Order: sequence, then structure tokens, then C-alpha cells
Amino acid sequence: MDRRKRILEIIRDVSKRSDAPAPGESLFESGLLDSFALPDLVTALEEAFSVKIPDADLIPRKFDTVERIESYIEGRK
Amino acid sequence: MAYIKAFGKYLPQRVVENGEIGALVSTEPEWIRNVSGIEQRRFAGPFETVADMGHCAACDCLARADVSPSELGMILVSSGSSERSFPGPAAVIASKLGLDATPSIDVPVASAGSIFALTLASRLVAAYRNILVVASEKMSSVALREPRDRGVAPLFGDGAGACLLTADDGKARVLASAIHSDGAFAEDLKLPFDKPLEMNGRSVILQASRKIPRAIQEVLEAGGRTAAAIDTFVMHQANQNLINRVAQAVGVAESKFFSNIARYGNTSSASMLIAAAEWDGFRAGADVVFAGFGAGFHWGAMLVEGV
Repeated sequence: MDRRKRILEIIRDVSKRSDAPAPGESLFESGLLDSFALPDLVTALEEAFSVKIPDADLIPRKFDTVERIESYIEGRK
Repeated sequence: MAYIKAFGKYLPQRVVENGEIGALVSTEPEWIRNVSGIEQRRFAGPFETVADMGHCAACDCLARADVSPSELGMILVSSGSSERSFPGPAAVIASKLGLDATPSIDVPVASAGSIFALTLASRLVAAYRNILVVASEKMSSVALREPRDRGVAPLFGDGAGACLLTADDGKARVLASAIHSDGAFAEDLKLPFDKPLEMNGRSVILQASRKIPRAIQEVLEAGGRTAAAIDTFVMHQANQNLINRVAQAVGVAESKFFSNIARYGNTSSASMLIAAAEWDGFRAGADVVFAGFGAGFHWGAMLVEGV
């Protein structure tokens, strides 16, 4: 499945909302995700893309937009 | 072998409801409750110091243990909100207890201070026999500094907790403990001189959500236990949503995690020992896990077994 499409699916699952954020839109500032959804997002990304995200990379801005998430996952593959 | 003999606590008289603190920082009371589980907190009086509160918690602990101050071999005091850089509250608390030569050491590592001090004490009782751990915080004095952050100021409260560890006997024996630090995130939760406490909440929650369950797992494995077999978890009372998330990550019911954050807010390093003093339900053979996390980041956990 297309990576971006899968990321959007994960965001929908974690946020429990059907909104599709624009690629560069902040998931937090837009209110789509809150602080407590962030750990769920990271865990879901690890499982979906079979990557281990180290604590050193657990920096909120790396996961703030669909574009940044995509770029990060690309770098981990 | 190290044992926990007793806990103690002190909470200031003044109750500050969400409505009062919310009005101070233009925040809705309901928002405070929803994001943190906090409904009220205690504020110390203007002349009540970290050492005053710590002394009260120490006296409560020693009374519960039926131990006199003269029997103490060492005092460890955790505080991140002390009124001055030095001397810290440890020596002052010792003096208030009537001691004039007992080694008294400050452990200024903020919210994880009580789990750090408990761990250090558990390793030091072999040499110092009876070690009193005190954690005392006057968070109102730092969280309400100007300019106030409406997302941070309402979360904190004042209070003190204490725990007496001994080498001989007690209500529970320490089976395992683990403490860790990672300074890579030092900027995400800090208290600069003369400025209010600054917190990157997203980073704190993200890191704490991973590091606390990992530390708990570490002590469970070291003690040969499983999470399901633990009677009660008592962790730093930072945020009810975080406590629930840790319970979920560890794989146990949220009800297994003792909580009093609704009444006292986040009292930083004091919170875990205040919670322990209110819970205080050791039973023979029942295991209990303590856990903390805070600025630094510092974090850790301890596994004990009721005797």
C-alpha cells in the first residue's frame, strides 16, 4: 500500500476522526491529535512499517505533519 | 537487604480548586480536569518553606515507624523547588529534627527525586542502617511565576512525603530497583532561575510513556515477577492520563495504579511518597512497584515485597 495512504489511515485510527490532514498541516495545532495520542501514533507507525523508533528520535516535531512522518519513515527503512 | 519501614506525608491546609487557579491563568476548570485529572491542589502559606513541609512529613513518617530522629544514620531530601541554590533543605530538615551531625544530602533531580533517593537509600542502608528519604516541593512558588503558562501553572501543587528505609526490618523488602538519566531532553522540562517552569508537554508525555513502562519491566524481570502478579503500582502523580497510559502499556487494569492526583495535583518529587503514605497497604507476600519520571530526563522504578 502507498506509504502516505497508510500514514493517513493510522492518523485516522489514532485520532478516531475521519479528517484527512493536508501533507504539511500540523496534526497537533489543527487539533487532530493531542499529546496523549502521540505515543499511540508512534507505536502504530512502528508496527505498520516494521521499524523500531529509538527514544532519541521521539521528538514531537518529527511526527507533526504527514510529510514529516513520511520522510522519517523513509529514512528508517 | 533493605526494608521499607514507614511512609509519611504533609499537605498544606489551603485547598485551591480548579476554578480559583483557572481564573488566575484564564483556563477553564473543566479543561484542567480533562487534560490532567486534577480537581484541586494544596498551596503552602507564603512563609511555609520546602524544609518546613519536609520536616512535617519526616515527623509523620518517624511517628508511624516509632523511630526517633537520633536513630537515623542518614537523610536524603529531594526537592526541585527549594528557595535557594544552597544550602538545600536536607541540612535544615535534619536540624529541625534535632540532629547536628547526621549526614543529610540533597537530591535535586525534580520529579524523579523520590525514586532516585529511595534507590540510593536501599543501597546505602547496609552502611547507614536507618535512612530517612524526604521529598518536599513548593511548586506554587515556581509554576505561578510570571509570565504564567496557562497549560502548566494549573497542574502543580505543594506538599511533602517521606519514607524510612532500614537494614533490619519493615513492612516490605526491596527486591529490585533501577534508575536512569538521559540529558538529551534537558531543555524539554526545566526550571530556569527566576522564570516559571517550562515544559514541552508533548515531549514529556512521549518519553514518559515509553521510559516508565520500560523501567517497570526492568525491575519486574530483575525480581522474577510479572506485571499481572503485582498487587499495586504507586507512581509519580503527574497526570491521570499518563498514569492510565502506563497501566495500559504495562498490561494491567488502571485500578491497580493508586491515584490521588485529583486532590493534590502534581507535587513533583513529593507526589509518589504522598501517594504511598495514603495508600500504605502492604500485605505479606504482595508485591508493589514504585515508579517515577521527571526533568532531566530522570526515571526509575522499584519492586518491593510485603513481609
